[in-house]
Amino acid sequence: MGSGHGSHLHVEGDSPVHRLPAHTKLVGLVVFVLLVVALPREAHLLRLTMLLVALGVVAATRVPARHVLGRLVVEVPFVVFALLLPFIATGPRRTLGPLTVSRDGLDAGLALLVTATTSVLMAIAFATTTSSRDLVRALQHLRVPDRLVQILAFMVRYLGVVGSQAQRMKVARDSRAFRPRSLGSWPVLASSAGSLFIRSYERGERVHLAMLSRGYSGRMPVTDPLRADAADWARALLPAVVATVTLVVGYAG
Amino acid sequence: MSTPVLDVRGLAFAYPDGHQALFGVDLHVHRGERVALLGPNGAGKTTLVLHLNGILEAGAGSVSVSGLPVRRENLLEVRRRVGIVFQDPDDQLFMPTVRDDVAFGPANLGLRGDELDARVDRALVAVGMQDLAGRAPHHLSFGQRRRVAIATVLAMEPEILVLDEPSSNLDPASRRELVELVESLEVTVLMVTHDLPLALQLCERAVVLSDGVVAADGGTKDLLGDADLLRTHRLEMPWGFSG
Repeated sequence: MGSGHGSHLHVEGDSPVHRLPAHTKLVGLVVFVLLVVALPREAHLLRLTMLLVALGVVAATRVPARHVLGRLVVEVPFVVFALLLPFIATGPRRTLGPLTVSRDGLDAGLALLVTATTSVLMAIAFATTTSSRDLVRALQHLRVPDRLVQILAFMVRYLGVVGSQAQRMKVARDSRAFRPRSLGSWPVLASSAGSLFIRSYERGERVHLAMLSRGYSGRMPVTDPLRADAADWARALLPAVVATVTLVVGYAG
Repeated sequence: MSTPVLDVRGLAFAYPDGHQALFGVDLHVHRGERVALLGPNGAGKTTLVLHLNGILEAGAGSVSVSGLPVRRENLLEVRRRVGIVFQDPDDQLFMPTVRDDVAFGPANLGLRGDELDARVDRALVAVGMQDLAGRAPHHLSFGQRRRVAIATVLAMEPEILVLDEPSSNLDPASRRELVELVESLEVTVLMVTHDLPLALQLCERAVVLSDGVVAADGGTKDLLGDADLLRTHRLEMPWGFSG
């Protein structure tokens, strides 16, 4: 059975990061990442400071390193591009051991690599310490349009349901000796996808009926509002404050 | 007698595509009764259920809940009074946690804070799911999900509980637990089913709906003993139960 997608990311725990209200963490994350991205390209040292800040936050979550490394895989396309940049970029060259590379490319590649790693680490620190339920509550609290929040919430809830339906359909196909080998099998796969879509659509209608039956009138009720005091905000925004100082240093220096 | 909890008179309905599902249904359910609504697939059971809380609007005839006519302006109160538990709990449980889901209905009625928490706790205790309040619905077993689905409706403190095929897909132990649960609830129940032994076990009275009309209404035991009636309306006791 599908176990719900969100559960792979979130790790239960009781670290200081876990305890922060979700909306403060979300604001802290977005501001921090925007500031890191805004650092000047040549400010490698400052960028490394930001990487250390992100590593510090990840350490504070007390989530096992293996779990974090596993999630870092999303960064791979950026890493590949960052490694290619010094070789494909033009402009003045520079010798690095046996290699001759573009100086601008090297700078850009390094900047990309460190920026991406920092941002992804910070996002992982957020994702591993925030349940999907709290993410939805945070977005609701931050006045993200209700419809978008609901789409996200239903996706979290029903991804597993639709996934296990797709799996059952695959088993049913395979049980009748279906082997997707040639172009000839495409119509079968297409009609499977089509019927999965129709079933999901019908489920959507039934869910809507069930919601109406319990008095739904177009807005999700907020039953458990998030609360944060000044100390929570201070903690959540600490990385962003460090990033702001770094940014000022970076442009002034 | 007192005002019936459910009073359906001459209810007729045709879907927009022209297919007519109900041809004048009359049905009364009184407080404290447990009534089984029996009928083969396609008899119009689900269509009838969707009229009880105003999801579908009557083409002709009327539905009243404790004297309150099901009309657009009364919808919220009608939906509080009539609690429908749908067949597939995955359709009914759409919130991230069990607690949120049980709170959804009463929150739509405007409850908040301690009052809301008390409602949710009572409903969860009633179905024996209080220990799983923080779980996500998709991490529960099917039987547990069905119980939570019932709690989501109980939390609205309905005057009548409408169960749509409550025993479908349950293993025998879960089915027995469901029977015990329904027996423990002090609420009027209309149970839509073609599980005839379940109807016999839980409901003193049964109504047979067939081809969009009420074909029989009486004691469950009498109706299920009438072999001709059952045969005419494609109802059958499982093998080994006949007699």
